[in-house]
Amino acid sequence: MSDWQPGMSLDRLRQRSRVLAELRSFFQQRNLLEVDVPVLSTTSVTDRNIESISAVMSGSDLTGYLQTSPEYFMKRLLAAGSGDIFCLGKAFRSGEAGIRHNPEFTLLEWYRCGWDEHQLMAELGELIETLLPAVAINKYSYAELFAQYFNLDPHQAELSSLQKLAVEAGSSAWSDDTRANCLDLLFSVVIEPQLADGLVLVYDYPASQAALASCHRDAQGRRVSRRFEAFLNRVELANGYFELTDRAEQESRFAEDQQAREIAGKPAVAIDQRLLAALESGLPVCSGVALGVDRLLMQLEGAESIDQVMPFSWGRC
Amino acid sequence: MANYSTNEFRPGLKVMLDGDPCSILENELVKPGKGQAFNRVKLRNLKTARVLEKTFKSGESVEAADVMDADMQYLYTDGDFWCFMEPDTFEQHQATENAVGDALQWLSEQDMCVVTLYNGAPLSVTPPNHVELEIVETDPGLRGDTAQGGNKPAKLSTGAVVKVPLFLDEGEVVRVDTRTGEYQGRVSSK
Repeated sequence: MSDWQPGMSLDRLRQRSRVLAELRSFFQQRNLLEVDVPVLSTTSVTDRNIESISAVMSGSDLTGYLQTSPEYFMKRLLAAGSGDIFCLGKAFRSGEAGIRHNPEFTLLEWYRCGWDEHQLMAELGELIETLLPAVAINKYSYAELFAQYFNLDPHQAELSSLQKLAVEAGSSAWSDDTRANCLDLLFSVVIEPQLADGLVLVYDYPASQAALASCHRDAQGRRVSRRFEAFLNRVELANGYFELTDRAEQESRFAEDQQAREIAGKPAVAIDQRLLAALESGLPVCSGVALGVDRLLMQLEGAESIDQVMPFSWGRC
Repeated sequence: MANYSTNEFRPGLKVMLDGDPCSILENELVKPGKGQAFNRVKLRNLKTARVLEKTFKSGESVEAADVMDADMQYLYTDGDFWCFMEPDTFEQHQATENAVGDALQWLSEQDMCVVTLYNGAPLSVTPPNHVELEIVETDPGLRGDTAQGGNKPAKLSTGAVVKVPLFLDEGEVVRVDTRTGEYQGRVSSK
């Protein structure tokens, strides 16, 4: 049996330790407070595309959930007046295992009070530059990329034309799919592999994929979400928002998620009432972003698989 | 036939795609952080040998292909069909020229091959990785040139043409890697 051994070399183990230290020092120098929020909670996300791992609490009626990100706890700290914070810890997602996925992974998440998403994207760029000094940084709106690769406006195109393109790029399984799913497929399969080297920041995601971002009208008057994603050498690295602070809007999005989960036959998840109460009490205007540290290490090390940058990936656990 | 869900995809699995049997080469999970999961799959079309890439929605099902590999002995050809036999059951299978494909140039009678059966009929033939064949046609050997140096084309008894070192002559038997078509060494001289 050789899988007792780590998937990563000892050189990379040391490099991983250095990168974790550099990430911490970047935020400490900027006076963000490190918070180590729980990874085990009694609730989880309602997100229709993210599955939590539940934990058996022996001798208790409660089900525990390993957190898919530290977001909700961090927002509760922000609402409690923490100011700028960062968290460098583990997150868990069920069913995600592959060359770029592991059910347990290291996530870096930080929040900046009073900042918009463009200020936060600039800081994300600075962070990547400290680790990759000569990295190229490009920034596009989601609509610009769809105009470039499909000659189409992703915010206003007919659903039927998106479905047609998705069937061509994928299979007939997309012929009656939702706007968000068709756009996701086209972005991941067609646009992402053609992105430039280095860091590519993509902002103004479709309103249908707002998740926990607030929405606004873009320069052309289209309703878009203030969500962004970062790609490093064509690999999805980070996802950020100008955060939604409106409790009612957030609650109705969670309810829509629950409905979508039910239709898709996915396990029901209760809405995190403590998060909603925190929003009710008042989340400061802020932007936040979560970055996959193992993915970052893959790019820094030129590794082909996430197994090569983690001490032990799932196949060795 | 049964169906396979994308969760069951693994290299070597045989599935039907657009009416043709295909073998899965690679299967990669693609899961945007906030998006739906799908599988990027590389497959080889077993009829055309062409490699294609296809995206499936995670959880989507695909029909299994009735494809199996069997070790068989090559017996003979009548010019239209190539006859292979299962050594355990002595059952014989007739393969078309199309199915034999490139294996044709390496096959000697009695060789053990892997015959891929699709719906019970030979779909493709994989010759042994290494074969030993006699040179039937080449330029005269240059004596003394046993060190390194150039090479020359040589036609083998099965019709294949491979590059061999200059010192070799007609009538000599050489070992060839059928996967690369490369000369591996001299086996014996007559």
